[in-house]
Amino acid sequence: MINPIEAQLHAGGGRADRSFRNVCYAAGAVVLGVLGLITVTMIGRSTKALDWMGLDFFTARRWNPPQQIYGILSFIWGTVYTSTIALVLAVPVSLGIALFITQVAPTWLRKLMVYVIDLLAVIPSVVIGLWGVLVLAPNILGFYSWLSDTFDGWPILGSIFGDNPQGRSFFTASIVLAVMITPIIVSLSREVIETTPQFEKEAALALGATKWEMIRGAVIPHSKGGLVGAVMLGLGRAMGETIAVTLTIGSALGQITLNALASGNSMPAVITSEWGEADTLKKSALIGMAMTLFVITIIVNTVATAVVQRSQVKTRGAL
Amino acid sequence: MTATLSPVDQPGDPTPTLVAADLRPQAGWRLLKSRIMIGLMGLSFAVILVPIVLVIGTVVSKGGGIVVREFPKWFTTDIPVRGRAVGPGMKPAIIGTLVITFLASALAIPLGILGAVYLNEYGKQSRPAKVVRFLSNVMTGVPSIVMGLFIYVIFTLRFALSGLGGALALACLMLPVVIRSTEEMLRLVPEHLREASYALGTRKSRTILTVVLPSALPGTVSGCLLAIARAAGETAPLFFTIGIVTKPNWNPFSGSNTALPFQIFRNATSIYAGSKERAWGAAFTLVAITFLFTVFARVVTSAYQKRR
Repeated sequence: MINPIEAQLHAGGGRADRSFRNVCYAAGAVVLGVLGLITVTMIGRSTKALDWMGLDFFTARRWNPPQQIYGILSFIWGTVYTSTIALVLAVPVSLGIALFITQVAPTWLRKLMVYVIDLLAVIPSVVIGLWGVLVLAPNILGFYSWLSDTFDGWPILGSIFGDNPQGRSFFTASIVLAVMITPIIVSLSREVIETTPQFEKEAALALGATKWEMIRGAVIPHSKGGLVGAVMLGLGRAMGETIAVTLTIGSALGQITLNALASGNSMPAVITSEWGEADTLKKSALIGMAMTLFVITIIVNTVATAVVQRSQVKTRGAL
Repeated sequence: MTATLSPVDQPGDPTPTLVAADLRPQAGWRLLKSRIMIGLMGLSFAVILVPIVLVIGTVVSKGGGIVVREFPKWFTTDIPVRGRAVGPGMKPAIIGTLVITFLASALAIPLGILGAVYLNEYGKQSRPAKVVRFLSNVMTGVPSIVMGLFIYVIFTLRFALSGLGGALALACLMLPVVIRSTEEMLRLVPEHLREASYALGTRKSRTILTVVLPSALPGTVSGCLLAIARAAGETAPLFFTIGIVTKPNWNPFSGSNTALPFQIFRNATSIYAGSKERAWGAAFTLVAITFLFTVFARVVTSAYQKRR
């Protein structure tokens, strides 16, 4: 090992050496500082609205600034609902792409596909939102009407694809979110899947497994934890996305409904659309909403990061 | 199919390939299921191609239209004050995006690289380093709007709307990305390079600055370029921090500013055709800028891989 020798060599070492080390330590501490400051300022700035509304801030669905009533439940619902639909749309597609790239495609095709997915990853979300509001929303209305008519009266699908479809709706926002999080989930799951040891795959094939049976029997059990983490990181991203959702969700207040074709609102969308004309109390309420969002995404991301790290440790242990 | 042939049917020609063919799985439905699943995987790629082609196609056809038609004027005139006005002008937003992104990079990249040096060269697997690593991963997931509000509260409220506020918010977003990609690159630097340097009596700081960082440089550069490309497209952090102007403002330290993503957002919700056209033009310009950064990052990476 180098460390003891190194320590002796540098014992009583130069000032430049120590100051460089301290600078590096400080840079590492900046991460802690920023996260701590975010927590403190967000809590500090939202106490006014929380004092005013009490627990109703989280449990009331009425948001009526002129009467100083600030309940954010419908916006929490909007955030959770759009992200959930986005995951339902994006996860099968992303995992399919990741498996195809890693297990099926020949090398030249693999490179091309990775390139295309990376291309989608660098398109700014505001551009996808622009497309969502000016192209997707007006043109998809016919499809929504068809969905609404077709599933009318069905048990669950009937309420999800409900009456009076709108171009700017939960579902349009979900489609835009799904497009945005697909490249993230694909690239994270690709990394996880690629850690499957070659001999496990060959063992499955040698037992006479078909390609799909090999994927189900060797690849998926090996990478399950990491895949869950990848999906959750996608979820965190979907919940925090602001501009694309603001443009496409339709800005309807107080909507807590299963009807995905109705207009609604989400926490980040309300913050951006109502910030301009806000007084002190309202700004405090909006910051309180940001804090709620911060807490939810932090929980999702912490769990996801822990899951991924644990699966990485497990993988290294297996090798 | 070859699976129906067997050496017994053709005793005169028992080639190895035929024997191999005979050993292939006979169970038709298992093979069929496998093919169906692989087909579905291919299909999912086709599914994601649809929005990619539609988004890029619309941005190029609508946005490329105004940028090419108004070629020099698009980049040299101010943004029309009235949304109703038809015609070009995105110079202030292009300047704003470049200035703010540059300043954010100047803040986040050195800090991020030093943070990664701490994690990989000093902290390693110690408890504080593990905490910093974990929190830096968590910080990657902090929504950009929260960063914007955070900088609004601690900076904009105290000083004023300015490009610097936007740059600070973007820097907060970039920092964990830079730390993560740089640390991965530092981990790839072989241990014997460090040992060789120590053997020559070089101090640790000199070893890091003259041996470790240079050999990790190309990968770090491409990671940073990708972080810059991502930051250039962020809207929400700028929403609360930079304000809005229609004339160019080169100075990020005083006065309001504007940026391409913000102009896209503002003009997308406008009812006027002229504004919508400018939104598409701004989208085209922004995509072109991020795309250039990405291509540049890719070139750097591949040059690096060839050299190794």
